[in-house]
Amino acid sequence: MTKSELIERIIDKQDQLSVKDIEFAIKIMLDAMSETLADGDRIEIRGFGSFSLHYRNARTGRNPKTGESVILDGKFVPHFKPGKELRDCVNASIEP
Amino acid sequence: MALTKAELAERLNEEVGLNKREAKDIVELFFNEIRDSLIENQQVKLSGFGNFDLRDKSQRPGRNPKTGEEIPISARRVVTFRPGQKLKVQVENYAGSPDE
Repeated sequence: MTKSELIERIIDKQDQLSVKDIEFAIKIMLDAMSETLADGDRIEIRGFGSFSLHYRNARTGRNPKTGESVILDGKFVPHFKPGKELRDCVNASIEP
Repeated sequence: MALTKAELAERLNEEVGLNKREAKDIVELFFNEIRDSLIENQQVKLSGFGNFDLRDKSQRPGRNPKTGEEIPISARRVVTFRPGQKLKVQVENYAGSPDE
């Protein structure tokens, strides 16, 4: 499912808002989520999961083209931990 | 402070002009539709943000850490998140220490 398919599904499930409002609302939500992580804060969505930053230590990498060693600085990467409810219902879907 | 569903609804109220009820509904629908897609074993791709993928893990041997007793960890399906390029670039220059 892509972002536009997600937006379509949300449009189908409610009848009060215009397509334009829903599209804008989803953009605002995703922007707010990205900005929260960029500020080093967590996102906590009950029943769904939480997003936080994990630190990756500096390491020596290699330029794949030249084989030359390069020092890569430490950096933060986004991390998602599914909540119990999401974990349980996704796992339950494996059973026939 | 952590971003929650309540805070997201408030943003929709302020920035999109949805009333409180509509804002809350959209926030709920957003996460419920993502969850339902994952339950249907369909990955979710949110360009600019990231992808929610599914991985099937086969059964593996485990151990009760308290008793040392061997118990198999059953086969399971798990959700993984792969951040998109845009989000990765946005966070990698964060200089502080994350509030774990």
